[in-house]
Amino acid sequence: MGACPECGASVDLDFDVVEGEIIACEECGADLEVISVNPLELELAPEEEEDWGE
Amino acid sequence: MLLSVVSREQKMLFEAAANRGFEFDRLDDRRIVFDLENHRYDHDVILERCINHSRALYSLKMLNASGVSTVNNYEVARVCGNKFLTTMALVDHGVPTPKARVAFTAESALEEMESMGYPVVIKPPIGSWGRLIARINDRHAAEAVLEHKETLGSYHHSVFYIQEYVEKPGRDIRSFVVDGETICAVYRFSDHWKTNTALGGTTANCPVEGEVGVLSSRAAEAVGGGVVAVDLLESPDGIMVNEVNYTMEFRNSVEPTGVDIPGRIIDYLLKVAQT
Repeated sequence: MGACPECGASVDLDFDVVEGEIIACEECGADLEVISVNPLELELAPEEEEDWGE
Repeated sequence: MLLSVVSREQKMLFEAAANRGFEFDRLDDRRIVFDLENHRYDHDVILERCINHSRALYSLKMLNASGVSTVNNYEVARVCGNKFLTTMALVDHGVPTPKARVAFTAESALEEMESMGYPVVIKPPIGSWGRLIARINDRHAAEAVLEHKETLGSYHHSVFYIQEYVEKPGRDIRSFVVDGETICAVYRFSDHWKTNTALGGTTANCPVEGEVGVLSSRAAEAVGGGVVAVDLLESPDGIMVNEVNYTMEFRNSVEPTGVDIPGRIIDYLLKVAQT
């Protein structure tokens, strides 16, 4: 379990979460990036840029 | 695997690779620095899954120049990442595609829209997920959009890619092509004229026999092969290829089609690594 860097709420993680994965904070909806799994570290995910996509 | 953030697709690809006992490193494009003079990389093959088109393009150029095979290769990314180049490739290969024009000033773009007749669609030549694509129904809307693009857009918004509007039956088709074979396809339904699943469209299986499969494979060949997703429109004049995507998303397409898309991508990657 980690803390959302945006709102401070507790964030539950799936057991198979990997470094670099994007998850959503259930409390405030912010997209978070898992910077490190052990120890758990969360940051706000990068914001969508103009050349993002498929 | 070259990537930045890990999306659902990336996780599915990790899993498919692990299931095949395939060892791989993750290269984060936010940390990579390329030395343009001295470059040598020890990887057998690289699967490019960058979310930024610009990072993908430069990285693939560098890796291919160093003799590293990539999926997709630089040329495929270059052509698919730019709607102008995609249309050129489709037209060159005789693949049916909506009529498109490119103009460089608001005046010439407006003149062309008037001559094509409304509605028309205007798109940034580079961009994805339906961002900043506008359906223009009349001259007033055209003037407004063109003025906004000129005033507020970055430099590539001053290249006006204008496409005829194709009437479609509340859905379009997204097909998946791996190594020349159309492996599956989905219908994408939406009440909105944009049917991107990134915008909330829903999906259902679409059979690939007949024209869908043939045109998808031809479109993939036109842009240089590899692993691509083809967007098709069912126009009153027959099926047309709208766009081709080179770093495709597939999270919503595995379940309706029953096809292991990430598995097929990894199998193809292994084949490329061995050749």
